[in-house]
Amino acid sequence: MTVNMILAGVGGQGILSIATVLGRAALALDLNLKQAEVHGMSQRGGDVMSCLRLSDAPIASDLIPAGKVDMIVAMEPMEAMRYLPQLKPGGVVISSSETVANVPGYPERAELCDRLVSLARTHGLECAVFDAESLAREVASPRSSNMVLLGAAAAWLQLPEYLGIAPQEIENAVAAVFAPKGEAVVKSNIEAFRKGLAVGKDSL
Amino acid sequence: MKLKKLLLGDEALALGAINAGLSGAYAYPGTPSTEILEFVQQNPVARERAIHSHWSSNEKTAVEEALGMSFCGRRSMVSMKHVGLNVAADPFVNSAMTGANGGMLVISADDPSMHSSQNEQDSRFYASFALLPVLEPRSQQQAYDMAAYGFALSEEYGVPVMVRMVTRLAHSRANVEIDSDAAPENALHYPEHTAQWVLMPGNSRRRYPRLIETYNALAEAGEHSPFNTFSPGSDRRIGILASGIAANYVEECFDGACPFPMVVIGQYPLPVGMIGRLADSCDAVLVVEEGQPVIEKELRGLLDRGVRVYGKLDGHLPRTGELTPDSVAACLASLVHDVAPDFALPAAVETDNMVMARPPALCQGCGHRDVYAALNAALAQYENAKVFGDIGCYTLGWLAPFNAIDTVVDMGASITMAKGAADAGQHPVVAVIGDSTFTHSGMTGLLDAVNENSPVSIIISDNLTTGMTGGQDSQGTGKLEQICLGLGVSPDHLHTIDSLPRTVAEMQALFAAELEYQGVSVIIARRECIQTARRHKK
Repeated sequence: MTVNMILAGVGGQGILSIATVLGRAALALDLNLKQAEVHGMSQRGGDVMSCLRLSDAPIASDLIPAGKVDMIVAMEPMEAMRYLPQLKPGGVVISSSETVANVPGYPERAELCDRLVSLARTHGLECAVFDAESLAREVASPRSSNMVLLGAAAAWLQLPEYLGIAPQEIENAVAAVFAPKGEAVVKSNIEAFRKGLAVGKDSL
Repeated sequence: MKLKKLLLGDEALALGAINAGLSGAYAYPGTPSTEILEFVQQNPVARERAIHSHWSSNEKTAVEEALGMSFCGRRSMVSMKHVGLNVAADPFVNSAMTGANGGMLVISADDPSMHSSQNEQDSRFYASFALLPVLEPRSQQQAYDMAAYGFALSEEYGVPVMVRMVTRLAHSRANVEIDSDAAPENALHYPEHTAQWVLMPGNSRRRYPRLIETYNALAEAGEHSPFNTFSPGSDRRIGILASGIAANYVEECFDGACPFPMVVIGQYPLPVGMIGRLADSCDAVLVVEEGQPVIEKELRGLLDRGVRVYGKLDGHLPRTGELTPDSVAACLASLVHDVAPDFALPAAVETDNMVMARPPALCQGCGHRDVYAALNAALAQYENAKVFGDIGCYTLGWLAPFNAIDTVVDMGASITMAKGAADAGQHPVVAVIGDSTFTHSGMTGLLDAVNENSPVSIIISDNLTTGMTGGQDSQGTGKLEQICLGLGVSPDHLHTIDSLPRTVAEMQALFAAELEYQGVSVIIARRECIQTARRHKK
């Protein structure tokens, strides 16, 4: 079984840390992983995305075939919307509602999030669009909103149809990845992860 | 003992080289190759062994430095992006003539789809006319394995070996099985055939037929390479000839069970016998390769009257951009209708009109912004000012809100094109170049301008780093004024100023004054990159 995820955001938002944590978990669980990302020019405030594939079997392509994306995890609602056409029918959209309005004519936050949710609902997608940044701020700093979103994603990843990865395994990986930055950083990121996990479970 | 590690393709290649007894890594940063040297810089074994990993001024100096190490019998590697190979073309092509003594890998990372590049040139063409072998990994594991294999191949045949990477492998992570220990480095030892290292015509004329013999022997070796494989398949309607990561997209279409005869290429020159067996076992051959149609052109030949070939040249696969599992699936479905892969699924949702393009932009707090603000203000009074830009973050000055530059071509071209424009009678003429690009390829052009006292205003926007690739050391840091003076720029027309929001008016006045000077002026506008400054604070 393979789980295909798109991690999306704006350059500098920290989507690659989500990938790093899932990569650590994959190694511990002896799962195969392929994770393609783009460096260079697009990191300067442009849209960035990473394809992450987890499987208990060998994975051929680093890129995910269209229509085979199981889950989008986005740090920003327009970036979630950008990849909706690649999502499989019945797939999952997890997105922060916090916008990065760095282009002229960017829509209102509420309007954008409402559209994202209504698109998901009318197409039978599962969806969790929420203010990850506020949740992150409650336990740590806004910079931990990536771990909040990862927590929400973990709610689905624990389901048998998404490889059934125990949230504790991912939490262990969070701890391992942030360990070099000290105990306080580990603790706040784990709390951020748990906040997101609770939101995810409520959205299931 | 084997260990498992998650590595980018770039990192896997670098670690493979270290574990194969690497003594020196050389490079100039360039997406998607930068992480190769960065990995060597961070690696504990490389540090303990003091393996060379300092950045070079440009790709040409890097290749020559690696060749010098190879001459002395040690294993060296040099990495660059595809367009960097243009800069290094002279030593690269001539390194086939000298040959290698210690194993030498020349890693060129292609960027199809131009994620962060100005063209889609395919490095395999260079290796072909230089008569050098190429290894093209299809996975992170192969990138790791090919380092040791490549060094051995290089030493066995006495020539450098190109390793061709592409963006999707360079910047994709996967589990890689690695050796727990690094092999010892080569001891210093010198070439057996000394004359071929002195490329005087007489020596080269004797060397060239031997190089051709070596190339033919390498083609024969390719028939038995572990990286070139033939699988018979049961459905003869088409055969598939796929190279590198393109083979993964084919595999993805069939969930690992391709019904067609298939040859996968990971080592060049191409194994003609193996490809012949493929052609004999099917009605037509589909060539699937990432980048330009290198294999396909060889297979078709000039007259294209032999084997029926499908590929990029006849439109079955897209001629531009990267391949994807989808484009390969669509191609297969168009050729063999009943074997359509299962993932031509309908999209769940159509693209919504609320989704907007989000182009990259200069960071808030970036000194290039203030330079462009001041420059635009200084140029406002001229109807036809021309500004020649260069390669780096400041290329983004072409975009709104600055719309400040007219050309961007290649590393260093700002100064030389500005000079050509001045030669043509253009006034005013401005060149904008970054500090790292200046020491890469701008200095020689500045000498041209100085020698003719061309009326050009050159702005070196110095952020004390190589910014676009993530903040690598810049070779001119702390030396730019001396370099300019040394090249003959008049001290009266060499200025240094901080590029800050509060100095915009001052910069504008300085630019305005120098625009009217009928000779070479250089203004170094300096401010540390906001990204590296943040890192230094931590």
